[in-house]
Amino acid sequence: MPHRALALFAATALTVTLTACTAEGGGGTDGGLVGEGTGEDCTIGSPVPVGAALSLTGAAGSYGESQQKGLELAAEQLNAQGGVEYELTVEDDQTDPRQGIAVFEQLTAEDGASVIIGPTLSTGAFQAQPIAQEEGVPVLAISNTVDGITAQGDYIFRDSLTESQVIPRTVAAAKAEYGLEKVVVMYANDDALAEAGGEVFAGALDAEGIDVADTLTFSVADTDFRALLTEAKAADPDALVVSSLIEAAIPLVTQARELGIDVPIIGGNGFNNPKLMADAGDAAEGVVVGAAWNSESESPENTAFLADFEEKNGTQPDQFAAQAYTGLMLIDQAVRSSCSGERDAIKEGLGAIEGVPTVLGELTINDERDAEHEAVVQVVEDGKFAVLE
Amino acid sequence: MQQLLNGLFIGSIYALFAVGFALVFGILDRLNLAHPAVFAASAFIGIELVTVGGLPFWAALPAVAVVGALLGLIVERVAFRPLKGRPDAHFAGLISSIAVAGMLIALLQWRYGAETRRFPADAFPATRFDVLGAQVTLLQVVIVAVCLTLVVGLTWLVARSRLGRGMRAVAENPTAARVLGVNVDRVTATTFAISAALGAVAGALFAMNVNSAQLGMGSAIELKGLAVIVVGGMGSLPGALVGGLLLGVSEVFAVQYLGSAWRDLIAFALLFGILLLRPQGLFGGRRARQV
Repeated sequence: MPHRALALFAATALTVTLTACTAEGGGGTDGGLVGEGTGEDCTIGSPVPVGAALSLTGAAGSYGESQQKGLELAAEQLNAQGGVEYELTVEDDQTDPRQGIAVFEQLTAEDGASVIIGPTLSTGAFQAQPIAQEEGVPVLAISNTVDGITAQGDYIFRDSLTESQVIPRTVAAAKAEYGLEKVVVMYANDDALAEAGGEVFAGALDAEGIDVADTLTFSVADTDFRALLTEAKAADPDALVVSSLIEAAIPLVTQARELGIDVPIIGGNGFNNPKLMADAGDAAEGVVVGAAWNSESESPENTAFLADFEEKNGTQPDQFAAQAYTGLMLIDQAVRSSCSGERDAIKEGLGAIEGVPTVLGELTINDERDAEHEAVVQVVEDGKFAVLE
Repeated sequence: MQQLLNGLFIGSIYALFAVGFALVFGILDRLNLAHPAVFAASAFIGIELVTVGGLPFWAALPAVAVVGALLGLIVERVAFRPLKGRPDAHFAGLISSIAVAGMLIALLQWRYGAETRRFPADAFPATRFDVLGAQVTLLQVVIVAVCLTLVVGLTWLVARSRLGRGMRAVAENPTAARVLGVNVDRVTATTFAISAALGAVAGALFAMNVNSAQLGMGSAIELKGLAVIVVGGMGSLPGALVGGLLLGVSEVFAVQYLGSAWRDLIAFALLFGILLLRPQGLFGGRRARQV
């Protein structure tokens, strides 16, 4: 086994060196990317190359597919608007961090992207982002929720809210709605995302003065939760608070209902997936999840987005599509602010975004290069996410 | 009480899986490591039969058993029969069955992708019973009933039927059996088919029980299945049944009293303890194997 790991490492290192060599002189920073005019009137001669590293296949494939649809819709609309043209290149990282590194290499060097969108998962982001940071290519994360993503460098931005921005609001809203006094917390303790979520939940519950009767941990690979849930049931909680990825969330929710646990189940961002209702069916009713996008929002941006997305794809968008769509819109905002599609100009532009009306609400990029906007708390009702007021 | 039932439900699936394992091992003296791959494959195939084929779960289960039996025949033909004449046939078969398992999993990934798959939410009525304060679903009752019926039926088959006599004759001495007019090849193939059919049903029930089927589900249960047949006594069918239930119950109590991280430890602690105290297993005869 160590030999295989070594060989793989050597192969990766070789690829990296090779692509690094071909990178000389590349980089999409020729003069054609600087245009004339400002804002709405900005006109740029050459198309602005935008790269996207998404997980189109593999475990996160359902998220990536949705993101691609959001990006393509945004690109289509922006290009129709005229003045600045965007050349969108979408590459698949196969939900594999190593593949993500290769994709970032390709986008920065060969394709000479002015800005990179993605990757889909935080785990992949931590591995791939340093490549862009080193080359001075701005990165806009559109779905990563772990703290510290943007701390990797001053070229890394995101338009997705972190768990610590969403969870406290979720807990507060659930307390107001259900009068929670005592809960049981369950989280996967061998996955960075789920464990971090569990800790944020613990802090938020403490701040709200909600008693944690028991904290139960499991493994991300678990599929049989009956023993743990029986224990949770014995504590007679007002709600279950669960931080896990969607893979474990579905059997957990189903089995909880089978065991007669009918209290609300409050989930982290991992639960934020229409697959929950599709695969868990009636068991998903009463699941409470915080989200970064309010599908019911009646803002003009959102109303138009819902209609356009449905017309183009024949389906309703989800949060990942909305965040991806917003991502390209923000990049357009950044490009037009100084009327330049060059890397450093986009970086400056993204950092200056403040109070921009988007599908997600009024959005500001703060000093930590994280997004700030309204979060929303949803509850599953009749097989759909409804807003919990 | 609820925990005891939880343990019995998961344990009966372990038992069904292990009985298939034990059948080939006890009678043919072959360790078929493609068994877990058949377990995983049948879960995915079962899901496809229900979602795409539109079969109700009741009909899908026998269908899965048939598919499993076919897979078993393929495994026997590809991994074991070409090697049977070799002096190291036991070991060679073990290795080649690992290869077949790898191929099966790769085919599954090609066909279904790496994503977790599930039975549709309404594939089975969500009827619940209240038994002495514990919640039991209709599905769980069905699982235990199916497992017990199959295991008892198999034990009867081996002990009483003509095919069973053939199997026992082959187990005793293949050459002598052949001399006495037993079609050894056919008995061997049938044994593999029955074994794989049981593993297949276990796979479909497991996926239904925990509401998910993953490519890795076979390897997760593989070592547990081995532990069960060692605990129960190598090749003993009632031993595999009791061992499976014992493992299921002890896992559940390990989760309750020690935490979920200890779940897998318990299978191997049980294995270790039994090997120390009673190396022939709970139901194993004191038969020394000659090498």
